[in-house]
Amino acid sequence: MSDAKAALAALEKVATGIPGFDTITMGGLPKGRTTLVSGTAGSAKTVLACQFLAQGIINSGTAGVFVTFEESVEDLRRNMAGFGWDIAEWERQGKWAFVDASPGADQDTVVVGRYDFGALIARVEHAVEQVGAKNVAMDSIGAIMSRYTDHTPVRGELLRIAQALRGMDVTTIMTSERTTEYGGVARYGVEEFVADNVVILRNTAVEEQRRRTMEVLKFRGATHQKGEYPFTIVPGRGLVIIPLSAMELRQKSSNIRITSGNQVLDEMCGGGFFRDSVILVSGATGTGKTLITCEFVRGGFDQGEKTLLFAFEESLDQLVRNATGWGVDFERMQREGKLKVVCTYPEGAGLEDHLVMMKDELEAFKPDRVVVDSLSALERIAGVKGFREFVIGLTSLIKHLEVAGLFTASTPSLMGGTSVTEAHISTITDCIILLRYVEMWGETRRGVTVLKMRGSLHDKDIREFEIDAEGMHIGKPFRHVTGILSGHPTHITEDELNRLDSLFEE
Amino acid sequence: MARIRLTLYVCGPTARSTRAIGNLREVCQNVLGDDVEVSVIDVLDHPDRAETDRVLATPTLVKTSPPPVRRIVGDLSDQQELLGALGIDPRLHQSPTVKTNEQENGL
Repeated sequence: MSDAKAALAALEKVATGIPGFDTITMGGLPKGRTTLVSGTAGSAKTVLACQFLAQGIINSGTAGVFVTFEESVEDLRRNMAGFGWDIAEWERQGKWAFVDASPGADQDTVVVGRYDFGALIARVEHAVEQVGAKNVAMDSIGAIMSRYTDHTPVRGELLRIAQALRGMDVTTIMTSERTTEYGGVARYGVEEFVADNVVILRNTAVEEQRRRTMEVLKFRGATHQKGEYPFTIVPGRGLVIIPLSAMELRQKSSNIRITSGNQVLDEMCGGGFFRDSVILVSGATGTGKTLITCEFVRGGFDQGEKTLLFAFEESLDQLVRNATGWGVDFERMQREGKLKVVCTYPEGAGLEDHLVMMKDELEAFKPDRVVVDSLSALERIAGVKGFREFVIGLTSLIKHLEVAGLFTASTPSLMGGTSVTEAHISTITDCIILLRYVEMWGETRRGVTVLKMRGSLHDKDIREFEIDAEGMHIGKPFRHVTGILSGHPTHITEDELNRLDSLFEE
Repeated sequence: MARIRLTLYVCGPTARSTRAIGNLREVCQNVLGDDVEVSVIDVLDHPDRAETDRVLATPTLVKTSPPPVRRIVGDLSDQQELLGALGIDPRLHQSPTVKTNEQENGL
């Protein structure tokens, strides 16, 4: 092979099929090379190594060899069964072979003189030949280092192993330990030997919340996405990486309008929401956010559309009761298969897990409309960064499926104010509806306004609305009040209003 | 039947393998004598044996009998250390002849 050809071949990647991994690596692992996966204890290195082989077998029948230096073969077979990987069966089919280098037999090894890892290489070569493997996983080289007191020969031998693997034309994942989340790539300085490609797994605690991320540190001679990407470990599936910022904005834009379920609100939005838009409804507690979601669900139902509702604040019973109070029959919609309500306690899982769960539900139910009530309930279970990533991930997901998404957000103060949710989501939403309490002459009224309506004209008024057994009734604009949005309503006289109106006239 | 049974795993006809075999032979001749039976296995010819016996490094010397099983890694360049690692007291073995069993030796 000429040098130029070799250089081209070096850039080739092999798709792993690990969810999200091929996106952030822009195609998968460098083919025929060794990639070092480094992480602290409990950062899911072994799961990733197994998953690499498992996906190869499941997706394309590519055989793999697993070299274990740490966990026993028996433990691995048992531990990975929870992910739905029947390693023992694959071994019978000749798709998976173990090279058992776990401690045990050579526990009390004494070193007398110089040695090499020739036997290990011979065993790996033998196993690769036996099953015709294209993928190899070695887990973990830190475990072998710790068994020999003198590390210098071990390092040299690891280099030999990496070279031997390249000679076998197999794509390899080699795992190694790190002692800190942000520091040297790997303990014992092993990265020097397989440093062409390095992936870091992190398991950090941010504001008391566990956050797992994956970062491609380098792929020599090949491109990849930069930065840390959150991932989660899903039973029955393994690692699921959420390639947030790598998500593409390629959704189509629709001009088709759908009803909000409220005729006046539709008019305020210039004829309804766009079919594939994301709508944010923001307001203090009790201003009517859940009411708007109910109307939105009913609006869809009347058109024969399906809605998926994620509730993070109320139980199904509470929701059904509330909806009934506004004349919306959730139970009937559920019976007819037009509504699915998923009630989840926010603290029950991490944000990444919620996102994966929501994706599964969306793909299974295939709704026309999605409601999240409320997004702010999820704020409290993650750090600011994690929450922002979740919101971006969810929005991209909804946009990708080309359905209408309605999110609610609670503002922390009763009067005016914005929420963290709003700050993170406002730029990626297509429509923002604000609900506000308006204090007038010693009584509380409610106001609604369309703050933003992307791609359309909309009503700029702040209108008063009332709630009764039939739902929401939007009335006339507040004419003699100013400062509603900021939470400091001030009443102004007719004279002043006229003066203001003529202010910009010639 | 010899009381001490040893298996030496080597990797190909390398200088290191030759050195290890030479060093072991010397110890057998000078110290262990008739009391020892040695098998030499080349892992390149018998990778499956290396797999079953879970040999990682080469050369590896395994003492299977008498118990306990001992594993020694390296070219066995230090005779005293080797005997210490095997748990053999050289004063108990002073025989001039050696009997090696090298039918598995691919070298």
